[in-house]
Amino acid sequence: MSQSGSPGSMPLAAARTLAERSAHVRERANWMRRRLLRMIVDAGQGHPGGDLSASDILAALYFDILRIDPANPLSPARDRFVMSKGHCTGALYTALAGAGFFPEDELETYLQPRSRLSGHPNRTYLPGIETNTGPLGHGLPVAVGMAVGEQIDGSGFRTFVLTGDGELQEGSMWEAAMFAGHRKLGRLTVIVDRNGLQQGARTEDTNGLEPLAGKWRAFGWDVAETDGHDHAALLSALDAATGLRDRPLAIIAHTHKGQGVSFMRDQARWHHGVPDEEQFARAMAELEAEQA
Amino acid sequence: MNAAATFPNTQLFDCREAYVRTVEELAAEDERIVAVVNDSVGSSKLGGFRDRFPTRLINVGIAEQNMVGVGAGLANAGKVPFVSAASCFLTARAMEQIKADCAYSHANVKLCGISPGVAYGELGATHHSIEDVAWMRAIDGLAVIVPSDPWETAEAIRAAAAWDGPVFIRISRMKVPQLERGEPVFRIGKAEVLRQGGDIAIIANGTLVHRALEAAAALAGEGIAARVVNMASVSPLDLEVVAAAAQTGAIVTAEEGLRQGGLGGAVAEFCANHCAVPMRMIGFPGFLPTGSADWLMETYGLTAHGIAAAARELLEARQARPRPAR
Repeated sequence: MSQSGSPGSMPLAAARTLAERSAHVRERANWMRRRLLRMIVDAGQGHPGGDLSASDILAALYFDILRIDPANPLSPARDRFVMSKGHCTGALYTALAGAGFFPEDELETYLQPRSRLSGHPNRTYLPGIETNTGPLGHGLPVAVGMAVGEQIDGSGFRTFVLTGDGELQEGSMWEAAMFAGHRKLGRLTVIVDRNGLQQGARTEDTNGLEPLAGKWRAFGWDVAETDGHDHAALLSALDAATGLRDRPLAIIAHTHKGQGVSFMRDQARWHHGVPDEEQFARAMAELEAEQA
Repeated sequence: MNAAATFPNTQLFDCREAYVRTVEELAAEDERIVAVVNDSVGSSKLGGFRDRFPTRLINVGIAEQNMVGVGAGLANAGKVPFVSAASCFLTARAMEQIKADCAYSHANVKLCGISPGVAYGELGATHHSIEDVAWMRAIDGLAVIVPSDPWETAEAIRAAAAWDGPVFIRISRMKVPQLERGEPVFRIGKAEVLRQGGDIAIIANGTLVHRALEAAAALAGEGIAARVVNMASVSPLDLEVVAAAAQTGAIVTAEEGLRQGGLGGAVAEFCANHCAVPMRMIGFPGFLPTGSADWLMETYGLTAHGIAAAARELLEARQARPRPAR
């Protein structure tokens, strides 16, 4: 988010060192993790594994990279972000609240009757959401349409998409990937949350994705691989997405489901498991220690 | 209106011509208009559009889910996309994109189902699009329009462009005459009474409207005054006109689609809840054999003769039973 608040203005990147930016993103991601676990415990449901896996990526986008303005969420020049893995609303809603799209207190209504914070994001409920996702395989095609619209007008906004890795088993993702490569959508960036686990098992034991980088390249994309929990590495990879490109970019972010909480890390059962109070206290203690 | 609508000229039209002419006119006036197709430039007759507006024709290739998703993304980027594909593939293959990306997201996408119904008769049930209206009608927030002739097709396209939100429009390939009306006005959600009559109401849309008018003319010769309603707007349905039709005591619906779930289903649902009335629904029963469109229409009674026969049957059944006092 640009501190000056006007879309199209230079982000904080110009004024601060990578180390300063990383420290800020790291602090925000830690706050998101603590806040989203509280939401899930209070609601009695959610998708903590994927939320924790995606928290650093979303923090890098919402607290550094995206040129967006919560005071003007429909500005035509805004960068577009599409949460293709729509079930990870814990991470998305904390990022949106932290970025100022709605009051932080409203996070307490997560999954309550008639809450704007539904189990999957709805753009007609909440500002800052570009398209309703939830069924997997939808976000990338819609993002490709946004990038084609930008390509026709030359209006300059950038489109970012976060996908799960299991989601890449959906055929519609590859229909969209093929077309983005064909159209040379240089302002489109996909970030793959490559935590290696889908709902019930490892992706490679279910319907293997590897060689994943080779697949994107074969569809006409540039590929970067990064540690999805290393804030400086993530910011550097996303900074590269900002430059002039003549092909779309796929950033494969190597992540861990449940990152930040030792007993959740890399455990498929935390895909939609809910911590009890004792587990929650341990998780918070770990996250607070990390922050200290 | 006073005089019944007629179609004095025997000339028949493919509504795709009116569709592309109108989209081109709109595109010339409004640079937000774009077309999105699935390798269907030819079958959608959009070659002229492509030549005039080459950067505004987006051909995603043979990939309907991506086509509809791209349409929703273009709407997000400020465009008014006309997503145009054979209705059977557009509606079935991309159903979840229509539901989630267009309707649930309230994206300003105009979905044009080309060659619906049994236009591709010989190609068999995979290519028949007789379920499309039933499927689309089940999606909340999606307007569903079935125009009857070239004029109404052009008006529906203009209305869709001006409508805030997603719209599904059937663009008929089966040829139809141009109806002559008094001073017609097309509005989404409003039906058109094409012929007055108090004995029975025939509610039709699309390619069945001119057949309904023929049926009413035949019934008039037998002393039966049949009202003919053109219900192009299946969703939202014109409930006032349906309620008034129920007052006649008998309704026949007729559509180039499944007998269940489409226009007939919409009318029956409303009547069952608010103004129960004997009905007959003209349409197709399910998967159909191969055969020309004309042969299928004739064989399954989607004809003036079939509509008139259903009307007579309903009226005979009513005579056998006293009409309830109203």
